[in-house]
Amino acid sequence: MIPALRLLVRHNDRALAAWALLLALLLLFLSIHPRGASGGVLAAWANQGVALAFVAVGQTIVVLTRGIDLSAGAILALCNCAASALVRGDPAEVALGIAAVCLIGAACGALNGLIVVRGRIQPIVATLATGAILSGVALLVRPTPGGSVDDRLADALTGTVGGVVPVSLLLLAVLVAAIWGPVRASLTGRTILAVGSAEPAAYMSGLPVDRAKVAAYALAGLFAAFGGLFLGFQTLSGDPSVGASYTLNSVAAVVLGGTALAGGAGSVAGSIAGALVLRTVGSLIFFTGLDPMAQPLFEGAVLLVAVALGAGRLLRIRNRLEVFR
Amino acid sequence: MPNDPAFLALAGVAKRYGGAVALRDVSFSAGRGSIHAILGENGAGKSTLMKILAGAVAADCGSVTLDGRPLRLDGPAAALREGIVCIFQELSIIPDLTVAENICLADPPRRRIGTIDRGAQRRRARAVLDALGCGSGLDVRARCADLPLAKRQIVEIAKALARRPRVLILDEATSALSAEDAERVMRHLRRLREEGVCVLFISHRMHEVDALADTCSVFRNGEHVATFPAGSRTHDEIVRLMIGRSIAHVYPPKPERPPPAEPYLRVRGLARDGVLKGIDLDVRPGEIVGLGGLDGQGQRELLLALAGVLRGTTGDVRIGTAAGLPSGPRAAGGPGRRIALIPEDRKTEGLFLGLSVAANLSFAALDRLSRCGIVDTDAERALVAGLAGRLAVKAPDRDAPVATLSGGNQQKVVLGKWLATEPKLLLLMDPTRGIDVGTKQEIYRLMRDLAAAGVAILFHSTDYDELIGLCDRVLVLYDGRVAARLSGAEITEEAIVASALNLRPAASAAGSRRPHREALA
Repeated sequence: MIPALRLLVRHNDRALAAWALLLALLLLFLSIHPRGASGGVLAAWANQGVALAFVAVGQTIVVLTRGIDLSAGAILALCNCAASALVRGDPAEVALGIAAVCLIGAACGALNGLIVVRGRIQPIVATLATGAILSGVALLVRPTPGGSVDDRLADALTGTVGGVVPVSLLLLAVLVAAIWGPVRASLTGRTILAVGSAEPAAYMSGLPVDRAKVAAYALAGLFAAFGGLFLGFQTLSGDPSVGASYTLNSVAAVVLGGTALAGGAGSVAGSIAGALVLRTVGSLIFFTGLDPMAQPLFEGAVLLVAVALGAGRLLRIRNRLEVFR
Repeated sequence: MPNDPAFLALAGVAKRYGGAVALRDVSFSAGRGSIHAILGENGAGKSTLMKILAGAVAADCGSVTLDGRPLRLDGPAAALREGIVCIFQELSIIPDLTVAENICLADPPRRRIGTIDRGAQRRRARAVLDALGCGSGLDVRARCADLPLAKRQIVEIAKALARRPRVLILDEATSALSAEDAERVMRHLRRLREEGVCVLFISHRMHEVDALADTCSVFRNGEHVATFPAGSRTHDEIVRLMIGRSIAHVYPPKPERPPPAEPYLRVRGLARDGVLKGIDLDVRPGEIVGLGGLDGQGQRELLLALAGVLRGTTGDVRIGTAAGLPSGPRAAGGPGRRIALIPEDRKTEGLFLGLSVAANLSFAALDRLSRCGIVDTDAERALVAGLAGRLAVKAPDRDAPVATLSGGNQQKVVLGKWLATEPKLLLLMDPTRGIDVGTKQEIYRLMRDLAAAGVAILFHSTDYDELIGLCDRVLVLYDGRVAARLSGAEITEEAIVASALNLRPAASAAGSRRPHREALA
């Protein structure tokens, strides 16, 4: 019998590799930061990455079903604009506003899911179209950047606990654990994985395939809404044009985190590491004094190297399929 | 009623796929607490019957009743709810999930809040595997993709048993198991029979049928022809029930004697892990050699290996002047070997459906039509016109997408595409499947003409009729080996079907079956 711990490592090796890379980059970042390692620096670093991490978590869930959500950035932008109009006033209004923004995100995601399931349209096409539509709606809500977000809550959520642990990271961990955790452990969550791994087998096994797909897209919308909300707390305003870079970066984060775009295998934890790695590369470039224009170049290089390192395994898998064809 | 003989009953069930009739007015029943074998040759309708019961395809008409209650089988989930559980030959397990997750797949043990209790899940999986007796050495936490095929088949069986079926259907479900594990599964099936489960059992292994079944039903051409208690008929009688089609096609005359030339293709001991187990064969120029046998006995792999598609195949091979297997389809078609493979699935492997007839016809020959890497469009047009005329491709025009053609004309385009390369060895994988009778006859004629022009042809068909009518010699494969080599008057339906089931052929063809190993010595 193999010890449970070793199995855990074997089944999550790529996510663990992403976390190791993140840790290395973070240590490098803290060592070259002019203000050194402090709670404030750590919080600023985390705040840079958490919005993308939220979107990447949602993207992972869709990718696990062998789909893709190209509307993730648009949902984030729409929710960010909605937040700048709704999340203000007295505490009750703020709470209501947050709930409304989350609902908007989840509804947009569920719409994606319904189009994919009922319309039998390829995810890439369906979400490309809804993404364009939702970007348009965001521009209608807020034609130019502006609005405001409750700043007391914003301060609290972008600060630290006890001067050390960034609140944003705690928020990310708690929300992912509280929402994806139970879903992952349910029949719906298992079906999400099964659909990505072998959809005909999942159907023949009597699993609730359609329900799982809609749930995956709805969760992606909800997590994109979290991203938009957090961005609002970070910038205290809404910006309709903020979404574009989030879509492709979330896909990059998913790949970095070890989730196969072919679906079925991977983890949201890996994608969180992937998202934070991408943002840390950006911060490193800023503080090492390199031309900030070179940021995409370095992000792309990190992505390519990470994916290339995982490709040896892909070759092995392909051979195995060959054996059973 | 513990032994209700009509526990599961079908009445007037029919199914067509396009023009092809898969099942014709089938009425059939199976009892509670019985093991019922379903027998028939390829295309007899067994698999369609099972798919209807499993809810995977909908019958065109007819009814299914279970325990006296009519069922509406509008999907796999509906069939599973009724307790009808199918173990398919193509595994239905999810590769990225663990053994325990697969065994408890659709109905895992859950805690009160709805989350899956993984500990209980592992224990349940363990218990099912232990009850089956095959679980030793299988870690329920292992990922299924990491398991060898035999172990995955055990998981597939355990997964079905975990559903506590009322009707259990096995479609060649033990084909990859070791003899010991197959024996354990059979013992478990007998136990389920005691408990009142209705077991439907498709197998091409007659010894399994003899050992297990209490009732046998024979299907032929989509019809249910007979049901009888196991052991009441001899193997010869069963084979006769399974065959008996009318010869519907006209074949070109065979030449008197195959020309005594050196073999163009010479294969000795071709092997590939568990699928091909040492195949010897020769094909001479001018000869059409048929490959028969039940589905999945290695015919497909043999042809793919010869075209260089499968890596990891070993054996002593000489093709034309070249030694060894080609490194890939491009090398196979090259000047040394001149092989053309007509693939099984023309829509995905044979054609570019969205492109024109002309483009499809010239693709394989572009190398010889190019000068300095530029395609000579005049030569291409001439080639396409020649091929389209020779094959009588019926198309609105040559620029129409090939997808708009009928199946038979599509297949002509696939053939034409490869004839453009002027092959010396033609490998055909069931080229007449799903096409109309008229086009079939044109294809037979074409194959015979090619043979007469000196092409060596290796022809796999699931239709015994074609093997008899068209081929100079027939090799029947069973379990990755050549079970029989037939030529001339030995090529009879009895001999082919009996060899396909690895039985001694009926008396008339008794002399034709030689032991596989020394046949070429």
